[in-house]
Amino acid sequence: MGYRYNLQLVIQIFSHTMKIQVKITDKLMQAFSPMHLEVLNESHMHNVPEGSESHFKVTVVSEQFADSPLIKRHRAVNQVLSGEIRQAIHALALHTMTPEEWFSKGGRSPDSPPCLGGDKTGLQAKRQGALAEKLT
Amino acid sequence: MNVLDRIKTQVENNPIIIYMKGTPQFPQCGFSSRAAAALQDCGQKFAYVNVLADPEIFENLPRYADWPTFPQIYINGELVGGCDIILEMHASGELQKAVADAAPKASTENSDNA
Repeated sequence: MGYRYNLQLVIQIFSHTMKIQVKITDKLMQAFSPMHLEVLNESHMHNVPEGSESHFKVTVVSEQFADSPLIKRHRAVNQVLSGEIRQAIHALALHTMTPEEWFSKGGRSPDSPPCLGGDKTGLQAKRQGALAEKLT
Repeated sequence: MNVLDRIKTQVENNPIIIYMKGTPQFPQCGFSSRAAAALQDCGQKFAYVNVLADPEIFENLPRYADWPTFPQIYINGELVGGCDIILEMHASGELQKAVADAAPKASTENSDNA
């Protein structure tokens, strides 16, 4: 009995959390009519329980972004996902492009960083940090 | 001082400033790490605030400029964006230009009073 109860609980939790990725996808489809949309759950790259929906990478390719600066595009996406960001999402990597930009970038978006600051971009943090000044 | 006033003073007194998790030397988040490295690569002095060491700023910065995530980078008092925007601007050369334009002010102002 105990086993069956736990299994049911696991299924309940699983279907509840799965909804976040689906919700994100639905909301972005409606808001931006994207030519291409990727909603990747990258939570497994981080120190969170298995099956988590805490870290996402979202790529939205839409005509609606034409003539709009990056910060405006990101604000628009943040606005659409504000509920999810407030309640569930810990990290959101965001790549917003027009179809032209998407094709000129070879139809792919940059990789998200690994959890604790290792780096694949070739931009190595200069550890001496001589340029950075701490504010207190 | 009210925390929003404190943030306002920081971004107004420091032409180039990043709010990040950890420090440029010891970043505690991959996104903060990359954004700080991109700023560092521009070769100008910049200020940083470790939001993990300042719970009040951690709690309130998202509503300062209505931006929900960290890191946040401000140039000349204006929010420029988070990690993804900074990296894209770095790749296109736009960040280097914006930082260079802001930098002459950075070197003449005292940023200790934030």
